[in-house]
Amino acid sequence: MLDRNASALALDSATAAARADTVLEARGLKKEFHGFVAVAGVDLSVRRGSIHALIGPNGAGKTTVFNLLTRFIAPTAGRINFEGEDITSELPAALARRGIVRSFQISAIFPHLSVHENIRIALQQRIVSPLRFWGGGEAVSKLEPRTSDVLEQFELENVAHLRAGELAYGQKRTLELATTVATDPKLMLLDEPTQGLGHEDVDRITDLIKRVAAGRTVLMVEHNMRMVARIADRISVLRRGEKIAEGSYDEVSVDPQVVEAYLGSRARRREQTP
Amino acid sequence: MRQSSVLLVGLAIAGVVAPLSGLYPLFLMKCLAFALFAAAFNFFTGYVGLLSIGHAAFFGMGAYVTGHAAKIWGFPTELALATSLGAGAVLGLVIGGMAIRRQGIYFAMITLAMAQMIYFFCVQAPFTGAEDGLQRIPRGTLLGVFDLGNDMALYGVVLVLALAAVWALQRIMEAPFGHVLLAIRDNEARAISLGYDVKSYKLAAFVLSAAVAGLAGGLKALTLGLASLPDVHWTQSGAVILMCLLGGLGTPLGPIIGAILVVTLEGKLASMGAVQIGPLAIDFSTKVPIVIGLIFMCCVLLFRKGIVGEFIAAVERQSAQRRNGRPA
Ligand SMILES: Nc1ncnc2c1ncn2[C@@H]1O[C@H](COP(=O)(O)OP(=O)(O)O)[C@@H](O)[C@H]1O
Ligand SMILES: [Mg+2]
Repeated sequence: MLDRNASALALDSATAAARADTVLEARGLKKEFHGFVAVAGVDLSVRRGSIHALIGPNGAGKTTVFNLLTRFIAPTAGRINFEGEDITSELPAALARRGIVRSFQISAIFPHLSVHENIRIALQQRIVSPLRFWGGGEAVSKLEPRTSDVLEQFELENVAHLRAGELAYGQKRTLELATTVATDPKLMLLDEPTQGLGHEDVDRITDLIKRVAAGRTVLMVEHNMRMVARIADRISVLRRGEKIAEGSYDEVSVDPQVVEAYLGSRARRREQTP
Repeated sequence: MRQSSVLLVGLAIAGVVAPLSGLYPLFLMKCLAFALFAAAFNFFTGYVGLLSIGHAAFFGMGAYVTGHAAKIWGFPTELALATSLGAGAVLGLVIGGMAIRRQGIYFAMITLAMAQMIYFFCVQAPFTGAEDGLQRIPRGTLLGVFDLGNDMALYGVVLVLALAAVWALQRIMEAPFGHVLLAIRDNEARAISLGYDVKSYKLAAFVLSAAVAGLAGGLKALTLGLASLPDVHWTQSGAVILMCLLGGLGTPLGPIIGAILVVTLEGKLASMGAVQIGPLAIDFSTKVPIVIGLIFMCCVLLFRKGIVGEFIAAVERQSAQRRNGRPA
């Protein structure tokens, strides 16, 4: 009896030590859309301080996993832990305030606000509230130095007063990253941050991500393999809603299932376009 | 200078000049009450981007509550007006609380349904005076001293209150709270992902809008001495939508201009009587809804941004052309 308690305790502290390293942990994550299984029981552990990439062919369920982790949609089954606490049923805005901040595959900017205002909106979240509709301008103006810092860090000073909707595409994606970082998140989830960018912009954004990842954890969906190879510490591969491989770039890139998934989908695409 | 200050000074000058130029104070007060109603509606629908088809409930209830408080309970005028603000806020919290989780057309439908329930409640409830409404609502005195029976005295009070409320709404839009509302309208998912409780922000905006709409109803009741069923009828919700679309939804000045135009037009049509056009004798006083409906159609088809909105767009096009150094 005593023995068993002792060994249970030893086991607990071992898993606790492993957990301390794990920022985010998902178990058996599943999502069905009207009978169509988009995510079929995925386990995912994201280590603190790492850059973790989620890759896979189109329609594999990567964005859906992001939506589940940030609670933009409710999982059909499964549990999610963040820093040891169960967050499965928390609201998305509350998760953001805990430090899980995401960007979006399509657009994560406020197009009619200026670049400067975009960043200020990200920064002022902590000091405004729905009940404080009167005043608050002084408190927010104290954020001005921090706003300038962010603008400078992301080389957006020259376009600070343009409407975000008028920016060039590469700058829009930079602004998304800037506002995400401005909230000082513990865990950033980036959905295809380099999608649609030219070579130079890809390199620039890659460098930026690597720079801002210092002291945080990054989970990102990415298609650009060169970029993934360059900065990801760990890679999980999804296909048709299932995780088929996980490991470093070198491990994953030679995995037969992964090769099949990627070559298979490429071959199929070639067949479709005569 | 802040936009809110410019707006306040401009409207104050217009408000002082208008009666001196020979316009009737009674007509001007009616304009002010509806301008405030339109500004309140615009604060929510214009800046949050959700269509409310239920604002007549707040306006009408504000009118009834002020009328009842002044006439039956014998409240002093200031307090009677304050109750209209409170009634609007409470009703806004109830209706908004039910509707705010919905998007688009569902939100609009719930506000309409709730407002219809309020309307039928007003038809039945004893304190509204049913078909007759509340008539001969006493204007009372200001702070127990100045007699408001005089049109000019009441005009002064209505002007100050309406301007203060319009200014306050604009000031809120210039505060961090207002910036959050604009951000939510622009990209709601992103606002959520930055940690904003967007539903609470929308609800707060709805309650503020409803409160001011209630006050507008109270001012209207006091001015005309009448609170009756047309104030809570859904056509009143339609009228305020028209005012804002005509003047420019989502602009600070547009709703005010739109309201003045609609009130003026209604007055003109009602006093026109029968007009002989060729073989047809048309009695415009009974055709107000048709004319307003036609204007509504033209608005939607021809200048979607409204008068002020189209003006701003034209100015922006001009300056963009100058910046690019070439004609479009
Ligand atoms: N809201 C939704 N309703 C129905 N099906 C969806 C929804 N969201 C995603 N899906 C489906 O789930 C699958 C995975 O989509 P997604 O997660 O966007 O893939 P990825 O980001 O890996 O390209 C796709 O087949 C997509 O059509
Ligand atoms: Mg995707």
